[in-house]
Amino acid sequence: MTVRRIMGSETEFGVLAQGEPGANPTVLSTRVVTGYAAWVARQLREQESAHGQRSVGSAGPAPSADDDAARSGSADVPLGTGWDYGSEAPLEDARGFTVAREDAHPSQLTDEAPVLTAEEIAAEAISESAMYTEDLDWRRVIMNTVIPNGARVYVDHSHPEYSSPEVTTPLDALTWDAAGDVVAARSVEYLAEVSAGTDAAPVNLYKNNTDNKSVSYGAHENYTVDRAVPFERITAALLPFFASRQIMCGAGRVGLGVDGSRPGFQLSQRADFFERTVGLETTIHRPIVNTRDEPHADDTRYRRLHVIIGDANLSHVATLLKFGTTSLVLNLVEHDRAPRLVLEDPVAALQAISHDPTLRTTVALADGRELTAVELQREYYRAALALETELAPDGLDADTAHVLGTWDEVLTDLAEDPARLSDRLDWAAKYALLTAYRRRDGLEWDDPRLVAIDLQYADVRPDKGLYHKLAAAGRMRTLVDHDRITAAADHPPVDTRAYFRGTAVSRYPRDMAAVGWDTLTVTFPGIRRGARVRMPEPHDLTRDTCEDWFDAPDVETWIERVAANRPALVTGSDID
Amino acid sequence: MAQERIFGTGSRREEEPDAPAPATPPTSGAAQAQRDTQGTDDLLAEIDGVLETNAEAFVKGFVQKGGQ
Repeated sequence: MTVRRIMGSETEFGVLAQGEPGANPTVLSTRVVTGYAAWVARQLREQESAHGQRSVGSAGPAPSADDDAARSGSADVPLGTGWDYGSEAPLEDARGFTVAREDAHPSQLTDEAPVLTAEEIAAEAISESAMYTEDLDWRRVIMNTVIPNGARVYVDHSHPEYSSPEVTTPLDALTWDAAGDVVAARSVEYLAEVSAGTDAAPVNLYKNNTDNKSVSYGAHENYTVDRAVPFERITAALLPFFASRQIMCGAGRVGLGVDGSRPGFQLSQRADFFERTVGLETTIHRPIVNTRDEPHADDTRYRRLHVIIGDANLSHVATLLKFGTTSLVLNLVEHDRAPRLVLEDPVAALQAISHDPTLRTTVALADGRELTAVELQREYYRAALALETELAPDGLDADTAHVLGTWDEVLTDLAEDPARLSDRLDWAAKYALLTAYRRRDGLEWDDPRLVAIDLQYADVRPDKGLYHKLAAAGRMRTLVDHDRITAAADHPPVDTRAYFRGTAVSRYPRDMAAVGWDTLTVTFPGIRRGARVRMPEPHDLTRDTCEDWFDAPDVETWIERVAANRPALVTGSDID
Repeated sequence: MAQERIFGTGSRREEEPDAPAPATPPTSGAAQAQRDTQGTDDLLAEIDGVLETNAEAFVKGFVQKGGQ
């Protein structure tokens, strides 16, 4: 057995225009997404001119706005792919039923285009003030795009979101999750650059999960799980696991309660926002186990477990453990080997554990035991070690051994002295920093300076974000070097269909009509001709499979090659 | 002295197998603690330099709309 499985992450960033408290967050998020689409267009144009090819900004039968921009050289025409909503099914419940649309909360209808159109966003921006008009060309608003690394960057409600490409290992999940932070920082830098000298307020992004004013936004994980496993078994195993894994994966938070008004420090950004054990919602009455059943793949074989309880992590060790240990627990579930642990009250346990940075709090189990979070995690660790060892008689693969070894080491150190983890885990690093400030300056937990430090820990700018400062100073251990993370912002993983999606987007950027997780629609030169490619298998269309198809000089020839190799996946004009 | 060990004092295992042996003989616990405290002071001084200048306004203005 192995820790490897198809997985990925989603980050909703906090978005802020300092000095513009009334700014509409959807407008700010749209600036961020459009800004990144323009950044991508500029990079592709620079690459193409370096290779002597036609330029993205000025080529083809582009509308006059493109020509103006290209001639003046003053703006990069944002290049978006559009989004294919074909396989979105946000109301499918993993417990085997579908919620009626009229019974759903409007925020659950994620299979429709966002509520505001580009024109409405533009009108909104201009009605607020004229400040944005110099910043962006509102004729070219992008709310949704797939970028060359195979990720989706889009406006999700009132936050910009980065949804990572599918990967197969926890280390790659970490790499392409951190790549999203590079994307966020680039967009912030780009907007600062193009709005310099105008009166547009700078936009900044934060990889956190709450504003400490009763609002939370998510950092989700996704795991492909065998469809044959009963969902009740998944839920039973995950409730105690999710209630306790925050001792490793919590990002740390100043303030208790949804509005943070009770002074103190807690392990998790998200814990206080959860009200239920199981459910379909993600924005209201949040459940510890989310039942959205939207596999974005062959739904007879796979389900996609959508995990909404995690914090947004910056620490490499925390991110590796978040994906790695969850994948190992899913192995336990698939083999029906999860430890029999039943919490008396999972939501209360989640919050009690989060509220105690000494990790001494115990929670009640249905069998009468009282265990600490470290002890709960230790039970899962032991069961996972036993199963993985048993199923790999020739020895553990490197990815699995790395996760198990790190899990063991972190649990051992947490049991002895949680302060030891200040070089590895987000909450412990943040807690150590805040403790040092409290000691030096005599600050109480409700001092705004401490809340500001909490927020600034998650600032995506490398020169301002406190996580990034700690890492650059060698005070946080890293597992993937910076160059590799930066490369992952521009290149897809090679061992999933994300390779096909991301490479298509960078190879034929002007021909993408709509791109989704499991579909890709292109237009051919001429009128009303094009093709659609289905990608039902996440493990197919990898670099080994399809790299040489991209030698095709144009999109039509490329589609012919795809059809020749995978005839069942392609439909469209003049394609047999 | 655990309370003085703020950063970078976690256990080191397989991540640093090639770390050279210390060139100086082990120092006393008190000297080590003093170095750790100095390191923390230096860190805070560096972080002071990048912190938002008006913490109260920054915190108050950090208002988000609900997400998932």
